[in-house]
Amino acid sequence: MSNVLALIETSAAGEIRSTAASLLAAAARLGTPVAVVAAAPGSAAGLAEQLGSLGAAQVYLAESDQVGRLLATPQVEALAAAAAELEPAAILTVNSVEGRDVAGRLAVRLRAGLITDAVDLRPSDTGWVAVHSVFGGAYTVESTIEGGPAVITVRPGAVEDRAPAQAATLTTVPLGTSASAAAVIDGIRDTVATSSRPELRGAEKVVSGGRGLGSKENFVLVEQLADSLGAAVGASRAAVDAGYVPQTFQVGQTGTSVSPQLYIALGISGAIQHRAGMQTSKTIVAINKDPDSPIFDIADFGVVGDVFAVVPQLVKAIEARAS
Amino acid sequence: MKIVVLMKQVPDTYGERRLDTQTGRVDRGSSEAIVDEISERALEVALRYKDSHKGTHVTVLTMGPASANAALRKGLSMGADAAIHVLDDALVGADMGQTAAVLAAALPRNEYDLVIAGNESTDGRGGAVPAMLAEHLNLPHLSFLDSVELSVGEVSGERVSEYGSLDVRAPLPAVVSITERAAEARFPNFKGIMTAKRKPLSVVSLAELGLGPAEALAGARSVVLCASARPARAAGTKIVDEGNAGEQLAEFLAANRLI
Ligand SMILES: Cc1cc2nc3c(=O)[nH]c(=O)nc-3n(C[C@H](O)[C@H](O)[C@H](O)COP(=O)(O)OP(=O)(O)OC[C@H]3O[C@@H](n4cnc5c(N)ncnc54)[C@H](O)[C@@H]3O)c2cc1C
Repeated sequence: MSNVLALIETSAAGEIRSTAASLLAAAARLGTPVAVVAAAPGSAAGLAEQLGSLGAAQVYLAESDQVGRLLATPQVEALAAAAAELEPAAILTVNSVEGRDVAGRLAVRLRAGLITDAVDLRPSDTGWVAVHSVFGGAYTVESTIEGGPAVITVRPGAVEDRAPAQAATLTTVPLGTSASAAAVIDGIRDTVATSSRPELRGAEKVVSGGRGLGSKENFVLVEQLADSLGAAVGASRAAVDAGYVPQTFQVGQTGTSVSPQLYIALGISGAIQHRAGMQTSKTIVAINKDPDSPIFDIADFGVVGDVFAVVPQLVKAIEARAS
Repeated sequence: MKIVVLMKQVPDTYGERRLDTQTGRVDRGSSEAIVDEISERALEVALRYKDSHKGTHVTVLTMGPASANAALRKGLSMGADAAIHVLDDALVGADMGQTAAVLAAALPRNEYDLVIAGNESTDGRGGAVPAMLAEHLNLPHLSFLDSVELSVGEVSGERVSEYGSLDVRAPLPAVVSITERAAEARFPNFKGIMTAKRKPLSVVSLAELGLGPAEALAGARSVVLCASARPARAAGTKIVDEGNAGEQLAEFLAANRLI
């Protein structure tokens, strides 16, 4: 089986991000998964064991003191070095901000084809197939790369199964990164894991609030319902623009796409761009005081009513059932 | 300062967007074509700098079908100084790699200090063309900037990702991409619309860029194998709150094993 490279995302402190397991599982579908990591020299002890337990057959550790100092460049160099050595059938990165930067640059450098935001990968008679969800899930498209190497970004968490654990071999190489054509990182603020709530992307349940909440203070209502369900908190763009929550909460066309078991929309009209980020949810519930809101067109259970009356009663009922 | 802004024409997200399930390409006939909102925001970032720095020259650049001319006209009426339209039938269905190669060839050599693009288009959502362009030009690239600071010789800003934010900077010339938080775009005013008509808009073919179709479109490329529409979602139960909707909703959730 040929090698498939998977670029592992790490925090500023060098810890593996939670996207690693899903990306390695995606790589394992197409070949022998090789985890590629760019790290500061000596900072990545124990990586082989950790990534092996997530399914990597080999860990290619590219060490450079530019990691954390130059934007995306060390990761591009690491993958380019691994690709030259291991002749992979495909190179995968996470479809994150950084993963896309790296994938774009690398594709040009290797004269490879690029496919972004695959939600699934599978082998086929002629090679492999990437599956995409287009226009907010309204279409499913399958594609592949012809005529050369392939770089693919995979939607974080989209591949849900896990590759079997194995004892990974470790290859450590020094990277001679040149500082030309690189952007410099002056400061890093990692905000992951400051919340006890589930992460929006990949959450089983999501409760989102819109402009109908009326103020930042009132948005607490969304959080109360979310906490009673163990759900992640989301928002419409209007709620973000009004400053109720940061942009990372935004669900929709230009925000996060979610596909949970349960999506509850509170005071959200259901504009087409919001629906583009949540309409593939399994069950959709909406509470809105306007009976003509388009959100009701896609809701499995719609309540025409005031969120300030309905939600407190709902939270009470949920808590009563829980105890 | 010479700034080039990448503009893209896309199907209006307010309309019903369709894919041609035969080709997997956007069905351009199904909804109105407009300038992607993020392209207008990218232009706004350039125009704000121009407002406070006399002598700044802003060019809008697009690759697209004949109708994309309207996107450039809008850019000119918002305040850009010149426009370049790469138009060639051979480019129909071009993928991100081909697009980036063509845009790189279209950038007037040594005649720009900064290229500004939106972080991702609303139709393709690839979000990789600016990085690909930077690689072609061998330039530094700052992506997904929530804010942009521009000074002589340097661009900096706050780059936001899934995991937090970074303060980043790069020497000019550079390529940057901006998010929807970077700027709210202005509307063209009457004077802008009138003067836009006199501003230069050049239309160039692949041959004029020195690229044969074979060169521009060679190499590895992405190929659509099949495309299908998902069945539309139907509305379910809708109740009007008469004082006990919260309890009814809890019952619905329990019946569906969601609580
Ligand atoms: C290019 C582009 C990209 C976009 N991307 C996104 C995106 O990613 N995500 C997104 O969400 N939007 C996006 N939008 C914006 C979108 O068009 C809408 O403007 C936005 O979704 C509206 O948010 P909202 O439903 O909270 O606000 P509104 O449309 O103002 O709706 C508020 C709703 O609250 C209801 N309400 C008010 N008070 C109460 C109450 N007390 N109880 C119950 N209901 C109440 C009202 O009836 C109304 O339906 C995008 C737009 C464009 C052009």
